[in-house]
Amino acid sequence: MANRVAIVGAGQTYHRSHRPDVTQMEMVNEAVRPALADAQLRMKDIDAVFVGNMEMFEGIYLPDHMMADFSGAYMKPGFKIASGGTTGCSILEEAFHCVTAGIFDVVLVTAFEKQDTGDSTAGITCATTPAWGKGQARGAIHEFAKQALSYIKHSGATEAHAAMVRLKADRGACRNPYSHLKLGLKSIDEILASPPLEYPLRLFDFCPQSCGACAIIIASEERARKITKKPVWIADTICVHQEIFRAGAFCDFTGKERYSQEIAAERLYKRNGITNPRKEIDMAEVYEPSDWEEMLLYELFGLCPRNEGWKMVEKGITEIEGAWPVNPSGGVLSTNPIGATPTIRIAECVLQIRGEAGEHQVTKDVKTAFATALGGPNWTSMILLKRNL
Amino acid sequence: MAERVGIVAVAQTKFQPNREEMSAGELVWETIEPVLNETGLKFTNDDGRGDIESIVTCSQDYWDGMTISSMGIMSFVGGHHATEDKIAEDSLNALFAAYAQIRSGHFDIVLVSTHTKESMADRSIVESVSFDPVMMRPLGLDFFISAALQARRYMDKYGITPEQCAKVASKNRGNGMKNPVAQEPMNITVEDVLKSKMLIDPIHQLDTKPVSDGSIAMILAREDKAKKLTKKPIWITGVSNCYETHYLGDRDLVECEALVTAARRAYKMAGITLPAKEIDVAEICDEYSYQELLWMEGLGLCGRGEAGRVIDAGVTQIGGKLPVNTSGGMLCGNPTTVAGMARAAEVVLQLRGEAGERQVPGARVGLAHGTTGACGQHQCVMTFSNK
Repeated sequence: MANRVAIVGAGQTYHRSHRPDVTQMEMVNEAVRPALADAQLRMKDIDAVFVGNMEMFEGIYLPDHMMADFSGAYMKPGFKIASGGTTGCSILEEAFHCVTAGIFDVVLVTAFEKQDTGDSTAGITCATTPAWGKGQARGAIHEFAKQALSYIKHSGATEAHAAMVRLKADRGACRNPYSHLKLGLKSIDEILASPPLEYPLRLFDFCPQSCGACAIIIASEERARKITKKPVWIADTICVHQEIFRAGAFCDFTGKERYSQEIAAERLYKRNGITNPRKEIDMAEVYEPSDWEEMLLYELFGLCPRNEGWKMVEKGITEIEGAWPVNPSGGVLSTNPIGATPTIRIAECVLQIRGEAGEHQVTKDVKTAFATALGGPNWTSMILLKRNL
Repeated sequence: MAERVGIVAVAQTKFQPNREEMSAGELVWETIEPVLNETGLKFTNDDGRGDIESIVTCSQDYWDGMTISSMGIMSFVGGHHATEDKIAEDSLNALFAAYAQIRSGHFDIVLVSTHTKESMADRSIVESVSFDPVMMRPLGLDFFISAALQARRYMDKYGITPEQCAKVASKNRGNGMKNPVAQEPMNITVEDVLKSKMLIDPIHQLDTKPVSDGSIAMILAREDKAKKLTKKPIWITGVSNCYETHYLGDRDLVECEALVTAARRAYKMAGITLPAKEIDVAEICDEYSYQELLWMEGLGLCGRGEAGRVIDAGVTQIGGKLPVNTSGGMLCGNPTTVAGMARAAEVVLQLRGEAGERQVPGARVGLAHGTTGACGQHQCVMTFSNK
């Protein structure tokens, strides 16, 4: 029979805009060591190492090869995945398939981005097709500005609501020892007064560029029970991609488009018998490049009716102390090493389920959580985690 | 025991030096359409209905000149609102990932697609940026220069001669004459190879592969579905891969430890104890002619230092005891990254008995090899059976 699979260890680096003190390889090693320590394992206990990264952002072809000695992959099986922003979740999905299949028992996945050695926005503009679009490509900020506009149109949310999301993120980040931006924001006025990027996005409405890495160790049930007293089970994963030519990939002015997040959540919940995620799941770590995106994600993941995401924020439901916390870590708005960003979401869910998140541990008891990833032309990956299967 | 995984359909483009008339996506469609037609399977649509449950693609951002290269082909692999993942390694690893997806029970039918248009990029520049920028890149290395170092070490240690390497080029280019998808088959002698221009000592022009564009698609299915989809499913019986250290100076380039380890694990999974006897047909990445010999040793298909004598004895010819690269190999022209699945595609055709003039009679067990990086830093081995 297929193995059940659990996360038995997780580790991350601290995150900064620049890490001139380390190479990419050394930075990855900084995440691998705490993950091993967390699981109380040594490299000899690991069967395979999977690496995730957006190589165009740093200018290294086959970075998994370059860092084989630092990721622990030396003389071990593994491969690299590069599926855009979803990479950090995709590697865990592939590792999950391999362990479920019994091909490996213990797998280390590691994802990273070192954005001080490259130019991510230049990299992102290279994601448009050569034949068209390159001249118009303005990177992620442009797409999320359009999305915010379409969200305003349909939901009637205001800039103040977006700022509330940002304020919540900063409160989490200030309590999270690993987060990058700890702004210590006191009120939404500071966010509304930050410099404009592209209407309606302001500087504080958008995620930073971070350097950082995250590593997670997963194991088959038999091994997991020996390794840790607090295994966090991978109940299911799902990945929904879409084609690049879809005009409404990120935004929807027509009200008729279906976002990949909606489809992913629908399929994931159906497969796992979840009819009301607000009751059957306790919290989430979502991939929100902008504060506007987070409100839309509440809706797409079925946490509230369509066009009412902003009400969740207004009522404080998604705060650390709230009834349904989202991104207690401070989220992508405070920390964004792109390749590792989804992996951090998963690692943070693991901490919350174990009750080991320290100062940013949510008030309610977390038995079930999901982490999400966003990449490419609004692709979605989701992973459902449980304390007990 | 989980159910077996079978390859139920395969399609390759004719490999060509420059497909500038079409985009990567169109090139991919040339092989996706035939595998869909062959099996009658359909892409998954918006409602989640359809047959292809997951898609594994394999390409490299640097070769495509596109961040997230799989985005450029998404429409052509049926990725809209479907499950897709991109493996950024040699494409044999994409087959590995698809195999794992099915073995896990998470998916029943997986489409695998790989493509590269080498004509769009400068090989040396792409390869040079794979080296550690602090210690290695300033040396001006690319995979060709590294390969020459490895070839020299191999020749020095075991007395492999330039003639023996040239025999590989002559054999494989000749085999390609019988393969309709081969790009640059030739009837050439050992002398022709040795007389061709010396590019980087000890590697001659005809010891190397040409620039090549192409794509390959395959469909894999769980045993019960595979048997319904085709009369000749080819089963994946063993697979593994392995990394070794990045730093060439930390490796004895002739040892190819990663390959030895990957092969040992794959054989164990497949229950193969005497690979040279049990394997009927092998496809080995021969980007440079010496590599077929060296990798044969790493794969345990002959003893250390014996590959030269093996080629001299004609063992690896079509008609020999262990035919190697009946397809014509990479030397006839396969793009990098696509190469591993090109090896697997030939093994599938051989085990189905559909290899035409180059058919190895009664072939039952096959091996495909894929490698990525300088001097085979990453190695992947897969074994197949038609029983």
